[in-house]
Amino acid sequence: MLTALDNELLEKIADLHNIPIGAYNIRKNGEGVSRNTTANIDIITKKDQPGIDVRIKPGTKGESVHVPVIMSASGLTDVVYNTFEVGAGSEVLIVAGCGIHNPGDQNSQHDGIHHFFVREGSRMKYVEKHYGEGKGKGERILNPKTIIEVEADGIVELEMVQIKGVDHAERVTEIHLQKNARLIITERLLTYLSQEAESKIIVELDGEDSTAQVISRSVAQDHSKQKFYFNLVGKNKCRGHVQCDSIIMHQAKVFSIPEISALHQEAQLVHEAAIGKIASDQLIKLMSLGLSEKEAEDTVLKGFLK
Amino acid sequence: MLEIKNVSLDVGNNGHNIKILKDLNFTFKEKKLYVITGPNGGGKSSLAKIIMGIYKPADGRIILDGLDITNFDITQRANLGIRYAFQQPPRFKGIKVRKLLTIAAGDAAEKTDLCGLLQDVGLCSQDYLDREVDGSLSGGELKRIEMATVMARRVKIAVFDEPEAGIDLWSFQKLGETFKNLHEKYDTTIIIISHQERILSLADEVMVLADGRIKEVTSKERIMAEIAAGAGDCRCGQDCGKGVGRNVDCIG
Repeated sequence: MLTALDNELLEKIADLHNIPIGAYNIRKNGEGVSRNTTANIDIITKKDQPGIDVRIKPGTKGESVHVPVIMSASGLTDVVYNTFEVGAGSEVLIVAGCGIHNPGDQNSQHDGIHHFFVREGSRMKYVEKHYGEGKGKGERILNPKTIIEVEADGIVELEMVQIKGVDHAERVTEIHLQKNARLIITERLLTYLSQEAESKIIVELDGEDSTAQVISRSVAQDHSKQKFYFNLVGKNKCRGHVQCDSIIMHQAKVFSIPEISALHQEAQLVHEAAIGKIASDQLIKLMSLGLSEKEAEDTVLKGFLK
Repeated sequence: MLEIKNVSLDVGNNGHNIKILKDLNFTFKEKKLYVITGPNGGGKSSLAKIIMGIYKPADGRIILDGLDITNFDITQRANLGIRYAFQQPPRFKGIKVRKLLTIAAGDAAEKTDLCGLLQDVGLCSQDYLDREVDGSLSGGELKRIEMATVMARRVKIAVFDEPEAGIDLWSFQKLGETFKNLHEKYDTTIIIISHQERILSLADEVMVLADGRIKEVTSKERIMAEIAAGAGDCRCGQDCGKGVGRNVDCIG
């Protein structure tokens, strides 16, 4: 049974205003509470460990799968292993994400380990949003791990968003690209107060003509701390580009550790990383159009994280 | 009407104060187009920034339609109808041209014809409204969008700081018409900082600012005649004949 609070969390992480159309599996406080399958998308509970298997038939087009996790109890640690099989020639949208409402003083933690197999010629967009709230002293902790295997000619778009709310996050993303596979990752992160977030992305370009583009933008406010580690590993004739931009404010700290590893003569890899405060001429320009300093700052940050 | 009264500006440099503007007095009248010209470092951009409130004068007062705005900040001045097109406009990651122009249009955003606005600066709205104001725009494109932000709302004073980089590429005739429209629609006072002969030709009055002082206020006819005769001082270099070879921006 979903409460009003649950629905609010679902809206934050999956843009769901109600029960989604298409296949879905909603997990609440460590248990599955609601599920729907379609003719092309099956969801099966794992027998050996907590989690689900999502099986998408080859050639499935224009369908979506929502697998949100919501936690509304304090002092809960939930570890879940989900496996997604995206059949050859499919085009699907998968929306995951975790919303924590921690009302108490004990920590609430969700560790989602997601393993994707994107078969030949498939196109998958995967959206993962993290959100936390609650007035208790208990921390809201999320440690997601995402592993994606992309077969030949596959296209994967990965969108990872975490705006405020999560006290501690350690995100690990590992992707393997086969021949002609394409990957686009966009990461958006905003931390404030004394939150800490770490993101580690490793992309292995195994196949010939595989390409990867990673665009990471973050804002660190107050006393928060962020750490980024990106590594593109070119093992074949391939192209890869990482763009990592952070805006630093107040007493925050940002660490960005770039690595590009070429293991093949025809690997073309680029890494760009920049950390800086909001440029004063941006604020002055927006103020000269009638915005207050605070409105100007919000406009710059909102655009940057869009 | 904008009055500049006894305005001075000092900039600290290694403990020494350098006077950028020295006791300036001038009145910019409604519906007039002024061009401020003069050598680099003469104080042109500083005066523009003083008008917008980006710099605070060390002395003097700034009066807009009888209201003393000397202590008003940038936002307050913007809301009173002062606009400034930057010489080097900033870029914004993730902010689209549409959003920037909507902010610029303010309360009138819904009624503002954004497409017409872009057309006025020689850009095709279909191509530009949904582009981000980031590094993907060329310097010229950025300058034209900057001009559009200034024209997006009814303003009393519009200051353009060296707009030539963006308008070299398109019709000057069109620019002249656009400025005329601003005058007719809104009674806007237009102040353009420029070295460009073609921009000088649009002026009602030309102010020559050198070494922090108003050296002269003259008519475009006189300035153009001086240029034609080769008798006038170079508008961009300090002491060269025509600035040729010294300053690639020098066209006049």
